[in-house]
This record gives sequence, C-alpha cells and structure tokens, in this order.
Amino acid sequence: MADVAPYSYPHRHLLGIEGLAPGEISALLDLSESYVEQSRRDDKKVAVLKGRTVINVFFETSTRTRTSFELAGKRLGADVINISPDISAIKKGETLLDTALTLNAMHPDLLVVRHPQSGAVHLLAEKVDGAVINAGDGWHEHPTQALLDALTIRRRLGGLSGLTVAICGDIMHSRVARSNIHLFNAMGTRVRVVAPPTLLPAEMDRFGVEVFHDMRAGLDGVDIVMMLRLQTERMQGSFVPSVREYFRFFGLDARKLAAARPDALVMHPGPMNRGVEIDSDVADDIHRSLIQAQVEMGVAVRMACLDLLTRKLQSNRAEAA
Amino acid sequence: MTKRTALVNARLLDPAARLDAPGGVLIEDGRVAAIGPEVTADSVPEGAAVIDCGGACAAPGLVDMRVQLGEPGGEHKETIDSGSLAAAAGGVTAVVALPNTSPVIDDVNVVEFIARRAREVRRVKVFAYGALTRGLKGEQLTELGMLKDAGALAFTDGLRAVSSARVMRRALFYAQAFDALIVQHPEEPDLARSGAVTEGEIATRLGLPGIPAVAEAMMIDRDLRLVELTGGRYHAAHVTTGQGLALIRRAKREGWRVTCDTAPHYFALNETAVGEYRTFGKVSPPLRSEADRRAVVEALADGTIDAIASDHDPQDQESKRLPFGDAEPGIVGLESLLPLSLELYHNGHMPLLDVLEKLTSAPADLLGLPLGRLAPGRAGDVVIFDPDIPARIEVDGFRSKSKNSPFDRRPVQGRVLRTVVDGRTVFEAD
Repeated sequence: MADVAPYSYPHRHLLGIEGLAPGEISALLDLSESYVEQSRRDDKKVAVLKGRTVINVFFETSTRTRTSFELAGKRLGADVINISPDISAIKKGETLLDTALTLNAMHPDLLVVRHPQSGAVHLLAEKVDGAVINAGDGWHEHPTQALLDALTIRRRLGGLSGLTVAICGDIMHSRVARSNIHLFNAMGTRVRVVAPPTLLPAEMDRFGVEVFHDMRAGLDGVDIVMMLRLQTERMQGSFVPSVREYFRFFGLDARKLAAARPDALVMHPGPMNRGVEIDSDVADDIHRSLIQAQVEMGVAVRMACLDLLTRKLQSNRAEAA
Repeated sequence: MTKRTALVNARLLDPAARLDAPGGVLIEDGRVAAIGPEVTADSVPEGAAVIDCGGACAAPGLVDMRVQLGEPGGEHKETIDSGSLAAAAGGVTAVVALPNTSPVIDDVNVVEFIARRAREVRRVKVFAYGALTRGLKGEQLTELGMLKDAGALAFTDGLRAVSSARVMRRALFYAQAFDALIVQHPEEPDLARSGAVTEGEIATRLGLPGIPAVAEAMMIDRDLRLVELTGGRYHAAHVTTGQGLALIRRAKREGWRVTCDTAPHYFALNETAVGEYRTFGKVSPPLRSEADRRAVVEALADGTIDAIASDHDPQDQESKRLPFGDAEPGIVGLESLLPLSLELYHNGHMPLLDVLEKLTSAPADLLGLPLGRLAPGRAGDVVIFDPDIPARIEVDGFRSKSKNSPFDRRPVQGRVLRTVVDGRTVFEAD
C-alpha cells in the first residue's frame, strides 16, 4: 500500500474532476501507480477493503466501466454487488431517491453510480451515508475516465504539464471530454478541442481550450490525440449528415495524424466505432495507440479511488467516535 | 344595513391616480366610498369597523395576471382554496388562472367550474384565461366568443407556445371580433425542445441541454409581424431576454397593440441560481444570463414591460426531487411577489408607485378588469404593507400547498400586514 495521507483527498465523494486541486489529482494518480504493479502480479489481491461492501449501480448499460470497477473492488478484497437497470426497480417506476434510500439501508461503504441524467449522481449522493463515485452522469462528468487517461499519459511521457492534447469528436454529449478538460486545465496541460460546430457545446472558449473545426489544424504539433465515440443516433443527419462525411473530415486516420508530432500518441475511451471516428490502422498501431493501456490503467485508478475514499470514511468515523 | 370598514392612519398609494399621501379609505358594502385625509378614526360613520394601519402603506390589492391553481386536475399541488390562501398572504386580491388544467379550460363548463369554486372559497377574486386552442394542441381555435361571455379574460395556451404561424395569425384576426387579448408563451418550441436551462457556459459546465436566448426573440419577432398584419391585440408573457424586449420596445414605438409582463425570478435571479443542479431554479422559460436580467430591470423601468406577474407554478416534491433533466419546471410565487418586486424600489431602479402600478392597475387594465385602483366606486380591495421592514422569505411558512421556491431564506425588505377583499379582511399577519 502506498504511503498516502488520508487528507490528501479531503472529499467524501468523487463526483467530478471540476473543483479538485492539482495536489488531490496527483495523490490519486500516485496511489494508482502502486496498484498498476499489484495488478501485474500473480497474486493480485490485497485486503485493504476486506469486509467492505461496494455496490455498482448502473442505470445505463456499460460493460467495460462496470467490469473495471468490479475487478478493482474484488482485487481490494471488498464484497462487490452489481445492480443494473434490468433488475433494478427503476423500470417499475421507483424514483432515484427511493432507490438511493433502499440501497443506503443495506449499508454499502461505497456506491459506484452511473446514470443517463447529468446531476443524478449528485442527487443520489445527498441521500446516502457511504461514499459515492460518479461512474458517468449524462453529459456531465466521468472522473475516473479522466484519471485513467491522465495516468496513462503520465506513465508514458513522464508528466502532464507542458503537453498539448487534442480532444476530438462529439464534445457536446461527452462527459469524458468535460472531465478531461477540467483535469488537463488543473495539471497544466494545453487543451484543444476539434469538432464540427454542431457537436460543440456553447461557450467552449470559456473553458480554457482552443477550438478547431479542422482536424489537421487542430492536430498540428500535438503530443496526444484523444478521440471520442460518436453515438449512432447522432450520425444520421441530426448532428452530422452521414458517417462517411464524418469519417472523411473528423475521423482519425494516418493522413490526419501526420499533422501531429511524429511520436504523437492516440487514445480512445472505448468502445470504438472503427471507420467512424477512428481508422483501424491507427487504433491498432502498437507504437502509437494507448488504447489497451487505458483499459489496464482503468482498473488501477479505480482501485486507488475506492481505497482513498474508504480511508476518508474511516477517518470520518474516527472523528465522529 | 350598510357594512362599513375604515382603514385609517395609512400612507395611501394609488399608482393610477399618482397618489402618495397620508389618509384613510372608507369601504361601504365592498366598494370604496371615500379616500383621503378626511377619512380618520374620528370622522367615520357610527358602526364602521375601524382598522388603524399605524402609518403603513395602503395600496390597491395586487392583481396577479399569471398563476396556476392546480384545480381541476392537479389538486395534490394546489387547489383554489390553498392558492387563494397563498394569494391573500401575498397581498394579492385577484388572480388569473392559466388554462393548463386537467381538463383544460377550453370549454365553457370549465370556466364556470372555476368561478363556482372561487365563490365557494370566497377569499380572493379568481379569474381564468381560456385556452386559445382546443386541448392546448395548437391546432383548432376554441370558442373564443362563448368563453369570453362565460368569463374568460383573455386567451392563451399557457405554458405552451402557439407554434403554428397560421394558427396564430387566425387567432389574432378572429379575436378582434370580441376585442380579445391573445397571450403567448414566447418561445420557439422546436429550438427549445428538450432544453433544461439557458444555453451558455453554465449549461455546458453542468452538461445540460440548453435553450438559446434567441428562441424567445424569434417567437416574439414572428408574432409581432403577425400583429402588424392583423392588427390584433397581443401580450407576450414572462419575457426574459434583452433581445425579446428590444423587439417589444420597438413595436410599442410603432403604436402596435402589444404588451408584456415578466416574473420576479427573471429580475431577481440569473442562470447561476440553478447552481449544482438545484431544480427549484428550473423554470420555463429558463433563468437567463446576468446581461438579460439587467435588460429585464431596464425594461421594467422604461415601461417596456407593463406588468409583473408571479408566474405561480406549484410543484410537489415528487416533481422536483429528480435529476435536473427530469424535474418539472416552475416556481411558487404568490407569497414572494411583493417583497421581490419591492427590490426594484429599494435598489433604486424604480419609484415605489411605478412598481405598484405593474402589480395593480397595469395588469387590471390590460385584462379589462375594473380593479387595481383606490377610487370611489371601485372594489374595496386593499393591501396594507410595510415596504421597509427587513424580513426573510420563509418557504416553510408559505400557505401554498407546494414549496418549490428558490428564494428560501432570501433577505428582503417589505411585508404584507393585511389583505382586504371587498372590505373583508382575508389575511392578517401574525
């Protein structure tokens, strides 16, 4: 277990990156490093969360994030339970707050929550005694994704400060983009966003980013190219006219990537739409693509988050006692 | 026997007569019989009930031209009884209910039902709008003439914009046969669809779908062109943006028959009130930018905005304790209408009489109601209030069935002391 003081992360929950201090982000990343090593050993399990209950509550379907959190909880020795929309009472009309109260009565130490509505995880967090991790709320935030992206970059390039990252694609509907922008701003990384105007939210320039509508201009000289997933329902005339037009102008292929630094790295939060936002040649280039590393870092970062929030719970209870 | 009530030792405020002077009001059989310095405790006829106002202000009872009373169909949120209690506590002596009820007020029977319930409750005066289109669907006109005869004051689809230019054109034309006023929720619905907050930095930060401010100006612009074409009488409800107000200012200068109102939350709050997903700040149209808020204040001061309405929209916990996108819009406003409006006076934006005019004679005049004045022969509807006393808005004390107000604990100046309807006291502060 890495030596991290309990107060290096002073919050009860992890609801978003916005508002976190650079030191708090660094503490989470430092602790994550130790869990990367642990996850590579034959014996991956430790007992830091022994006796603890972690409930993954996913109001929106997800395989990779839920699996990543489940693995993280189990490697720390916690009892992990998954609740997904098909088995939850949501379909029967139970409100979010009723669900929160029901879950709270089971005394979970940590709740990992994903919800299709922005702000829903904040609302739930007000009603429970344990710690809550936001595993993605609407278009708002997905803090563990930003942390795992940062850890991936830090391990590959040695740091975050002074780099230039281009985040490309559907910024408007992306919680990954918002969390990453907050994190990079806090850590001194320059951020560009590249997207067709219909996929950019209002007043992006107020978020400390440079806005581009042309991939080659936006990628010029960058260290990292971060692609976002474009959902199917948004590429058939509503936000962009067609998949082929989108791929031609905003999809990442070797030709556009050539505008970036020669050693620039490629990231994607997954799941990828090959041939829509990213070309297979680029996605599968073992020298350039960090996509597999991102998945590995995801487990380590989530272990660190579960661990730190549990320590904070302990110190809260010690104070209360 | 003639029933007499004398309100004496007051600061009389009658905006329509530009009166601001010490004196009293004598009410006989529900109507003002005399007003002025000669009405004193000593001068009133034998047998009159004398109420000493202790130097507080006496103004015409407030006329709130835009409320939702929940009845029929939404009695778990508000009833005519609870809504009238809230109105009385807020110094409001007449309310005009929107037709967004279930069933919709698109039929003479529903207008008559509301009038009958109001008579039974017998607290404040309750009037109603008629729906402009059947079922508020925006397609077929209601029987405007028959509804007007039954008592509907004006016509609107309430919280829904009349989307079709063709329907709006016909409404503005046809209504002229009855000199009926058409009231629009000015928001381009296609552009506003699925929006939860005003578009801008805060919407982007919170990851919520935004409604651009131009959605209002676009609808007002379209409607004003139809007013020019038809010569109809048009009123834009709860106007919130500088662009929308600029269009109305210009139309008024042209001499078109155009009026508008706003609600206190559009001059007392801006978009930051939704903060960390506070659903009590969710309202339609949405709270706007600080620049737009200032434009609303300016338009109140220069007369572009004719009236202030509470936009009272009661919502229960179940409708508000939801993720922001799922929560119902709406703010309860009857009991905070006067103190919030007085902020315009205390902040030096408007003289006291001008603020009161927008709450009394102006809305009464544009709806054709003989209310909102303290003159002999007029209804004895009076609000007694202290405009200066420091207070806090305490939502827990609201008489309304619903408590969805973003103004809880807000420090204000001014308090309603007594509300009188037709000479009867319907509210008295503790």
